[in-house]
This record gives sequence, structure tokens and C-alpha cells, in this order.
Amino acid sequence: MKKSVFFGALTVAGLTAGAAAAATLDDVKARGQLNCGVTTGLVGFAAPDANGNWEGFDVGVCRAVAAAVLGDASAVEFVPTTGKTRFTALASGEVDMLARNTTWTFSRDVDLKFEFTGINYYDGQGFMVPKALGVSSAKELDGATVCIQTGTTTELNLADYFRSNNISYEPVPIETNSEAQPLYLEGACDVYTTDASGLAATRAAFENPGDHVILPEIISKEPLGPLVRHGDNNWGDVVRWTLNALVAAEELGVTSANIDELANGTNNPEVNRLLGTEGTLGEMLGLDSDWAMRAIKAGGNYGELFEKNIGENTPIGLARGLNAQWTDGGLLYSPPFR
Amino acid sequence: MATYSDPPAESFRLSQLISDTRYRSYTFQFVALIALFALVGYLLSNLAQNLAEAGLNISYAFLREPAGYDINQSLIDYNSQSTHLRAAVVGVLNTLLVAVLGCAMATVIGVVVGVLRLSPNWLIRKLMAVYVEIFRNVPVLIWILIIMAIFTAVLPQPRDFRGDNAEASMLWDMFAFTGRGFYSPKPLFGPGSAVVVAVFFASIAGIFAYRRYVKKKLFDEGKLLPMFWPSVGLLFIPAIVAFFVMGRPITMEYPELGGFNFRGGIFARNSLISLWFALSIYTAAFIAENVRAGILAISRGQTEAAASLGLRPNRIMSLVILPQALRVVIPPVISQYLNLTKNSSLAIAVGYMDLTGTLGGITLNQTGRAIECVLLLMLFYLTISLAISTIMNAYNNAMKLKER
Amino acid sequence: MSDTHAQSVAFVRDTMLPEQAPPVSEAGVVKWMRENLFPGPVNALLTILAIYFVYKIVAGALPWFWNGVWTTSSLAECREVLNGATGGCFSVLTERWNQLLFGFKYPSEQYWRPLSAFILLVVAVAPVLFFSLPRKMLIFTGLYPFLAYWLIWGGTILAPLFGLIGLVVAFMVFRRVEGRGFATAALAGLVTAVVVWWLGGLLAAALPGALALDPVPSRDMGGFMLNMILGTVCVSLSLPIGILLALGRQSHMPIIKWICVVFIEFIRGVPLITLLFVANVVLSYFFPPETNLDLIIRVIIMITAFASAYIAEVIRGGLAALPRGQYEAADSLGLDYAQSMRLIILPQALKISIPGIVNVAVGLFKDTTLVSVISMFDLVGMIRGPILASTEWNGVYWELWGFAVVTFFVVCYGISQYSQWLERQLQRDHH
Repeated sequence: MKKSVFFGALTVAGLTAGAAAAATLDDVKARGQLNCGVTTGLVGFAAPDANGNWEGFDVGVCRAVAAAVLGDASAVEFVPTTGKTRFTALASGEVDMLARNTTWTFSRDVDLKFEFTGINYYDGQGFMVPKALGVSSAKELDGATVCIQTGTTTELNLADYFRSNNISYEPVPIETNSEAQPLYLEGACDVYTTDASGLAATRAAFENPGDHVILPEIISKEPLGPLVRHGDNNWGDVVRWTLNALVAAEELGVTSANIDELANGTNNPEVNRLLGTEGTLGEMLGLDSDWAMRAIKAGGNYGELFEKNIGENTPIGLARGLNAQWTDGGLLYSPPFR
Repeated sequence: MATYSDPPAESFRLSQLISDTRYRSYTFQFVALIALFALVGYLLSNLAQNLAEAGLNISYAFLREPAGYDINQSLIDYNSQSTHLRAAVVGVLNTLLVAVLGCAMATVIGVVVGVLRLSPNWLIRKLMAVYVEIFRNVPVLIWILIIMAIFTAVLPQPRDFRGDNAEASMLWDMFAFTGRGFYSPKPLFGPGSAVVVAVFFASIAGIFAYRRYVKKKLFDEGKLLPMFWPSVGLLFIPAIVAFFVMGRPITMEYPELGGFNFRGGIFARNSLISLWFALSIYTAAFIAENVRAGILAISRGQTEAAASLGLRPNRIMSLVILPQALRVVIPPVISQYLNLTKNSSLAIAVGYMDLTGTLGGITLNQTGRAIECVLLLMLFYLTISLAISTIMNAYNNAMKLKER
Repeated sequence: MSDTHAQSVAFVRDTMLPEQAPPVSEAGVVKWMRENLFPGPVNALLTILAIYFVYKIVAGALPWFWNGVWTTSSLAECREVLNGATGGCFSVLTERWNQLLFGFKYPSEQYWRPLSAFILLVVAVAPVLFFSLPRKMLIFTGLYPFLAYWLIWGGTILAPLFGLIGLVVAFMVFRRVEGRGFATAALAGLVTAVVVWWLGGLLAAALPGALALDPVPSRDMGGFMLNMILGTVCVSLSLPIGILLALGRQSHMPIIKWICVVFIEFIRGVPLITLLFVANVVLSYFFPPETNLDLIIRVIIMITAFASAYIAEVIRGGLAALPRGQYEAADSLGLDYAQSMRLIILPQALKISIPGIVNVAVGLFKDTTLVSVISMFDLVGMIRGPILASTEWNGVYWELWGFAVVTFFVVCYGISQYSQWLERQLQRDHH
């Protein structure tokens, strides 16, 4: 019938929508846009504001990569993904990189064939309970009803933790953070568990954040980081070293405020190499020499991103903790730019 | 003589493959087959290429690995160290559980509503029509979510039962309706309870035997023995007697508030109940329409003929109308059962751990084996629906009007 | 009468008594109530129960509506305004109105586009639904898909325009070559269309600014608009496919028949949600590595496959319901298969299957809400995700779900009433 053409038109539209092949870097450049997979909404890490602009810590990483590769921090298409869709979206080429508080695990790296390009947040799984319950330790949670996001490592950690402590619980599986919120608030579950950072972000969105406590136990290691498809090492390097540039910039004292000044040349050769006034690091990556400078300018260095989105002065109020520079006793340790 | 009566010997020409209707269908089928193979081959080669590029392979080995996650409702033994396969079986059983419960309840509601839609009572008729139209015309997913929202938002949570002047209290200290589900007493079968149960089943068999005897008596001797009260008596008295004779082996375990939740008793989770209710009332609206159509399909003449034979109205219903209406009603109702079973896959929206929740949900997420999981998922539903349509066909053949 | 009794009876009334009013219990409202509300003790009880039930609902809902608050910007504010009284916080609807209708990403200054596309949809569908409207309006129906595509997705008008031109040219070629047989003509038409589309694609790519609206990517579609898009697109696409499948299943060629049977039964045997999972997590693996279809297009493909299987069954019913004589008459006129189907069988079969097709369409429209399960933000997805989880509106269940129920009810009830009207209309035609 007459509308069958529409199908053709749609297909044409679909085919022009984008392409993903082995050389992701070239594709991104040709497209003029970076497709970045993020969560469907976690305040502080990645969430659209009232105007539909994405903001957050993970979003900052996407923007930094876009700025490094394309020179435009806003040339990012944010693709919201759930715990279920994120890996397929990346594997099938729907997104170029995933910056969706995803835990680096052996099986995801090796079996699912992804490449984690670093760690942008050292996290661990925690528990949040209403203050009124009077619980002060996760060990007291025997028989509790626990809301968990399915498809995450938290689900497995939870089973392990309760099993090894020989206490029982009732899991309530939930697809997304936003669905978990009302269930927890209405009391359909006693406990909400996810990464401690996610708990803080979720709690910050509550009407009365003070009515809820995060228990002291951290039951797992959750190194969260951006990841790309396995096998495209060049693209993996771009994402890895953009992240490293943000971390190194903080270590070297390069901020979005003083970067223009420093870009004119300094006595510190590593800063010079980072900002492209010395050496050819950018060319080696297949980018120009200003790449790192643009990445840092996009949203500031690691510390600035942290403070702006999830730091102690934001509603989320996370302390640097493990995520401080190694010089401050944290775990952030960028390999040298050389 | 034979010079012109023989048709000219026809030699096969290639153009006949298209122009000659005798051969054309072969050409078409051949082309279709080639096209199909080409399409499937194309898709499979894409698949192979994509998988090779991503370094993945198709393997079902993950089914034998420990699942690692817990499932809140399981009809068989399951813990986080069980395999993914076992988790899938748990899911299958949960799917079947909600499907069977849903079909039963949908049938009851559907038949009642369908009959009431033809009631002489105007108000009831209209109310039933409103029910049917509202539930038929709104997506079942919305009903599932609404009932779930009622659970979480309206019903009291266990914490409301706590304290000296609690906001909520249990019904007769036996039933608790909480936002997490319903708790009810659970019978505990002590030693000797097997006898009671056996007696109970024996008396059910006894009822059927008695009914048959009454019928035979009626047909053979024309004597009508009482039916209802003896049946009731048979149902309860022997079991109660056995219960006391054996020293009350069956006791009730009442749900009690302990720790975070109620403990003990039978616990029906909110996810199960909201899914069950929503599927039932949604499907019942369709079944009601089928029942109504079935009854209306029996022509008035049948009723009048039966009445002129001197049958009483309820006899007319049970002996004349219903047997004929059932023939019309059952096939669409069975396909409604099939729809209900398929719709039960929406369990994932409320976190009920059916097959879509375990194999198609958590297992898929944790292992990343999307193709394998989705394929197994589809195979399961396909098996169910093929089984149901086989039953339906068999029924249709058995019930076909034997025309002479 | 009076004649026969004249001799034997002393007094015979020879005028009619004036008609008496019927007893109170046998007339007017009382009679109606006696017959329709209280015909027996059981029914009387039922009636009283029903009245009580209706009263409870009305008594609960009326103040809720009456005291409804329409203007606050958060639930806390609304509760303050209500000050403990019963009342709905309908302000969530007014405040999130655009999000409910268009999702949270469709650019707000472009809302007129989907809105006008929707209004034009009504105009385009009208001549298909009501046979009494002027047939010329069908031309607009033919143009509509291209117009709607341009309006909703934006971009240059050249792309949909060439889609249309390709089709028109293909049809003209088809008519010209038709004499040489249906298959040849169809093939020729197809080739022409592909050539025109290819050329048009080149031209459209060269002139991206020609009469261009701001392009909106598919993943920015959301809210009720997404339900409407999925519903209309998938139903329209599945019609031709469904017809082909139905014809294939009726065919005498075993291979073609079995291909169709397997496809139809497979699709009908699995729940839509599994097909959506396929669209979500599997389908991308089956396309060439360099293509990358949007989620919405993958979903459209799967829902279309789903709908076409059901529509095929409905049309098969229509084909089977046609009297054998019609097939034989077509054969005896010397028409070949394509001609007899096109000119004799299908027009009649389609006409009697319209009510069934409409029912499938309603069911499909309801099923479009399932996409919320695969993290697309349709009406249900918007409510479950961004709105209910927002700090301002955490816990506004009744108003939002009530809105969803009313919206779907109005649309689906409207369509099913139409289908019943049409059924009556068609029955009248036949007798």
C-alpha cells in the first residue's frame, strides 16, 4: 500500500543515523558527534536538567573526550542506558563509549570483551536505611527487604555478603534507580543498596535527606570507569589518556582557570607536554596538540569536576576519600605524560 | 487418421517457467526459497561477523555456572549458588504459577460478569458494561503498575504495624495486608495429618460417587434424592472427625511481626498479587465479552423449545443453553488464556521473578548472553502457546457438531 | 359483540369505559424500576449493593476532583494548599504537561510540529474510516506519511519528497509495464523506486538545507507522542505486510505457504516483550557492522512484524469468509491471480476484515506502552521514570495514573466504538 514507502524512508533515515566500525576515532570525527552511553538519570553523575541538558560527573568525562576529539564539549549525544541495555549498546556500536558508573570486573573485561580505560571513581557498595528503623550496621539487617538494581554487580555482592554472614533477606529487584526511589520511600523495602556514591546521590534527591542514613559497611570494591569496545586500541587510548589528562592536570595544578596562562609555556616540562607546547603526544593519539587542553577546559580537571558535581559543597556531598590524588593519600595516580 | 488428432509434441521451453501456469508456481517457490535463504544467510553472516568483531561467541555453557543472585519467590530449592539453569526453571515455574492462578480467577470473574451483563437488572448491566469497557480499553501494563502503586502507596507497610498505638493492625490476628504483600496463616502438617488429608480426598471422591448414584436412581427409578446437603456433609464431616480422631495433627502457623517483616504464615508478595489481579481483571473483561456473545449466540428458539418441553429456567440454562454456549465460548476463552500467559511476561515491570525476570532479566544482565537468553525465552513461550493451541484444536475437533 | 348478548342479558354497556390509568406499580418510573432494578429479592439486594458501591466511588472521587489543585509546582506545595483536605494534586499534570505529551527531550519551541502532525493525522485517516467522505481526500492520506515524517523528525523536505516521488514514479512504471504480467511490472516498479530513492538520497545529502526543519533525533521522542508514532507507523506498515502474509498463507504453493505459516505462528506464539528484547539487545547483531539503527527504528521493525502477523490472521479470516463463488467467478472471467486478487477478492475481503483490523490496531496501540519496559520514555515510561522519581512529584500516583488511564481509554474506546459502528454499517450493506 501507499505507506510502504514510509518504511523505505525510515530505513534511509536509519541508515544515515550513524555508523560504527573498527576505527571508532575516525567515525566520531566523521560524524562530528560523540555518542556516549550514560545512566538514565542519577543526580550528580548523569542526569538531564530541567532544559534537557545533561550534567554530572560521568557526563563531564564524555564532554572531555568530545572536546579532545572534536574540539567541542557540546558535540555529545547522550544515550541513556539501563543496567540491561548498556553492554549491548556498546557492543553493537550504538554508543562509542560508556561512562555509566560501570564496575570494572574480570568477566566484563575478559568475557564480555570490553576495555575499561581507567577508573574515574573508586566506589563500594553500601546500604541506606531510614533513620526511624534504628539500624546502625548491615549485620543487623537479618530478614530485611532489600531493593536492588538488577543487572549490576551490587546484586551479586549482596547475595555473597548475606550468604557469608549467614543472614537472610528478601530481594526486590528493580530496573532503574528512579523506580527504586519511590519504592524505598514508601517503605516497600527497608533497605536500598547500590554504590555508596549512588546512595548519596539518591539521598540528595529526597525531600528530607536527613531522615535516611547510609550504613558504615562498604561490602565491595566498585571501581567505576569508562569503557569502550575491545579491539579498537587507538580509540581506547584516546579515552584512557583523556581521563588521565584530567587526573594529571589536577596533580600538576592545571585548572580551567589558569590553563590559558599555562599554555603559553611553563618551566614544568610535564605540564608543557600535557598542554601540547612541548612534544607530540597529541599526534601519537591521532589528535592535534591541544587535545588535552581542550579536554581540561571543557569542565575543568578531575578535582574541579568532582567538586562541581558530587563534591562536599553539592547536595550529594561526597568526600574525596579514595578518590584523592595519590599525593593526598588517595588512589588517583595518572601514569606520566611522556 | 492419426495425423491431426495428436496434439503437437510439445517441447519444454524456458519461457514456460514464467508464462505457463503449470510451471510458474515452481518458479515462484524456487525464487522465494532462494530469497529466504539469501536473507537468512545475510542475517547470519552479519551475526557471525559482528560476533567475531566483538570477540563473542554463542555458547550455552553459562547455564551450568552458578547464578550468584537470589530470587525472592521460588517454588523449588534455590539459592545464589544454584546454576543459571535452575534459576530459569524457577522462573518457568513462577510463570506457570501466575498463569494458572490468573486463568482461574479471570474465568470466575469473566463468567460472572458475562452472565451479569445479560441480567434483567439495569444497574448491574450498566456497571458491568462500564467495567468491561474500562478494563478492555486501557493497557494491561498500566493496570499492573496501578495495582502495584496501590500496594506501595495505600496499604500500610510492616513498620506501621509496630509500636503500641500502631497505625495498622492485623485482621483477626490472622491476616496482614501490607504494602509488601499479604500474609495469612499457614497450615502445618504434623504427624498423622496424612490420614486427615487422605480422608478429605476420599470424601471428595465419595461426593462424585454419590452424585452418580443419585443420577442413576433418578433415571432408573424416577426417584429424586436430595443432592446438596448430603454433598456438603460428605465434604466436611469425615475430615473433621478424622481431624479430631488423629489428635488435631494440623495446626495453624500465624504470621507475626518480627524484625523487619512479618514472619511465618503464607506470604503472597505484592509483585505476585498485583500481577495476578491485574492480569485477571484485564483478561476477565475479554472473557466476559466472549461469554456474553456465546450466550447470545444461542437462538431464542432453543430457550422457547426447552420451555415448551416443560423444563424449569435453571434446567434450561444448565441442560440446553450452557452446553451449546460452551461450544462457542471455549475456543476464544482458551485463546484468552494464551494471551494471559503471554502477558504474564510483563512481570518484569513489577519485579516478579517469572522467566522474563530470571532468564530474560537478571541472567541476561549478569552474563551478557543476550542472544542465547532471548532465544531460550522465546522458545519457552512458543512451546507453551503451541501446546495450548494443540489442546484447542483437539477440543475443537472433539466438539465439532456431528452433522448427519 | 353486543348483538349476540342483546337478548339474554338485561344490561349491556354500549359505550366504552374511559381508559383508566395503569396502577402506579405498572407505569412510569416505578414500573421501570420494578422491572429493571428490583425484579426479585436477589436482584434487589444486588441493586442496593451496586448503589452503595457507586455512592462510595462518587463520594470518594468528587471532593478529590472538586478540591483539585492545578497550579502548584511541587507536591509539598500542593499539600500545603490543600491543608489536609481531600483533593487531587492535578498540578503535576499542568506542570509536566509537555513532558507527558512529548517526552523530556523534544525541543519545546518545536512542539507545534508533532501537534500539527497529529491534527493532520485525523484529517488523513478520516477518508479511510468513513466511506462517505469525498474520495479525493485519499490523496492527502497518501501524502500524509511523508508530511508527518518531515514534521516530526525534521531535516530537509527533500528526503520524504523523494520517498514520495520514488513511489509515484514506480507506480507509473508499474502501470505502463502491467501488460507484461504482474510480477514483471512489480519488479520494474521496485527497481525504478530504488533508483529514484538512491538519486534522491544523493541530492538530499547534497542539499541538506532545502526547506529544512530542525532535525530531531529519534531518541528525543517521548511521552504520549511516542505511543502515537509507534501505533500509527506500525499499523500502517503492517497492513501491506499482513496482506501479503495472509495471501501467502492461503496460497497453493507449499513452500510459500509454509514460510508464511511459520512466520505468523512464531510471532503469535511469543509475547511482544520478548520481541522488544530482541529489538533492544539482539537485533543490532543482525545488521551489517557499519549500520547503526536507532532504538526506535529497531522497535518499529519488531512491532511491525508483531502486528503484521495478527493482521494477517484477521485478513485470512476475511479471505476465508468470502464465498467460493467469488474466486470461481474471478477465474471464469479469465483473470490471473494478481488481477483477481487485486480487483475482486481483496477489496471485498479487506472490507469485511476492517473491524478485526481495527481491533488489532487498538490492541497494538495499547501494547506500545510496553516500550517503557525497555527504557523508552513513552507516556508510561515518563510517569514511572522522570516524573515519579523527581523530588517535586515523588508519590503522586493517582493523578498521573488516572491521566494515563483516561488518555488511553478515550482513544481506545473511541476507536472500538467506531469499529462497532462500522460492523453494523457493513452488516446493513450485506442485507
